[in-house]
Amino acid sequence: MEDMRPEDVSGDYREAELTFYDGTRRKVLVTDEEVPYPDGKLIVSRTDTKGVITHANQAFVDMSGYTEDELVGQPHYILRHPDMPREAFADLWNVVENRQQWHGYVKNLRKDGCHYWVYATVIPNVRDGEIVGYTSVRRKPSRRKVEESEALYASMRGEED
Amino acid sequence: MSLTMTVSPDFSPDHISDWYIFNTCLQRRLDTGIHLELYSGFDEQRKAIANDEIDLIYANPFDAAMLVREKGFSAVARPGGKADEAIVAVSEDSDINDVEELSPGITVVSAEDPEVHLMGMIMLEPADLTRDNIELKQVQNYVLVAKELFRGQADVGFFLAEAYQDLSRMVRSRLRPLIESQISVIHHSLLVGPRLAGRREEIQQRLVEMSEDEKGRGVLDTLGFDAWEPIEQEDTEFMIDLMDTLGA
Repeated sequence: MEDMRPEDVSGDYREAELTFYDGTRRKVLVTDEEVPYPDGKLIVSRTDTKGVITHANQAFVDMSGYTEDELVGQPHYILRHPDMPREAFADLWNVVENRQQWHGYVKNLRKDGCHYWVYATVIPNVRDGEIVGYTSVRRKPSRRKVEESEALYASMRGEED
Repeated sequence: MSLTMTVSPDFSPDHISDWYIFNTCLQRRLDTGIHLELYSGFDEQRKAIANDEIDLIYANPFDAAMLVREKGFSAVARPGGKADEAIVAVSEDSDINDVEELSPGITVVSAEDPEVHLMGMIMLEPADLTRDNIELKQVQNYVLVAKELFRGQADVGFFLAEAYQDLSRMVRSRLRPLIESQISVIHHSLLVGPRLAGRREEIQQRLVEMSEDEKGRGVLDTLGFDAWEPIEQEDTEFMIDLMDTLGA
């Protein structure tokens, strides 16, 4: 996966390097700016069993800052924000691979270095008894939940370091 | 074999005669007698489904998921150019201007429509409102939702967006939408029951063909559809997955 490029980012940013579960590394550029989740919308995407995006709805495209072509075919971790603890995603994969629904509050990174918070639900798509992919739906979280999650994730990251 | 068709009770009363006209048209095209049975509420309709009295149904996705999973129905087609959206509204004279100004303990009025209720509750989540910290009043239809609001008996109400637009101008003038969903991926669909499983392809073809002639287009137009779009098995599976995530 390509590193983020300074020309795509607006304003001051910090750099971080992320290492994903499959060993892929990516340099990300992060600003402090939050983009509010749009009222009344749902972000919907689907992935294959490896977490590679196969479908993205317009709300996903709009909020991520990428084009649909830039998203489809990429791992879902293209949206990973360095403030998210690794443990949260490990938990997600454990849950959905056991055919359960996962819910959680997630800080997502946009192409322009800004972020947006979502309340995400991920479910396995079971066809003829086999998991063939995953569907994720994101909706607008409350500010209280965002603040609680920020504090929780900061402490989880502290333990990971 | 006598067949029975029904329509989700969330449709506007203005469309009762349109559904009878649609049924007449469908009977001619299938060369089969179909009785249209319209129920005034979801409870009554669910009893008929439980008793295996229904063969064709125009259902909201919440009910469609149940029909596919539990009753062996199969989705055939959905209306083109039409998605299900919900509106959260308040009385015109309410002090509330934004969903996030709502507090726990408010009274929410909802019609007995599981899909709209689900979408409405999702739109209250940014205010930290859940079924555990609101008072819920359920009424029979959207006109009663409106009345509860402007009589001051409830703080917010949920409407199917289409039903909100179908309210009379006078009723709408006494309401104010706080938020309207823009989900775009939730649709009603027409499903066939197990007794029609062998005619699924034929029914789908006749429905899709409806928009190809003037008479068929006229019938669809009165229902507010552009055309019937075919639904494949994977579309149905996706819809069920989606309803599962929303109900979570």
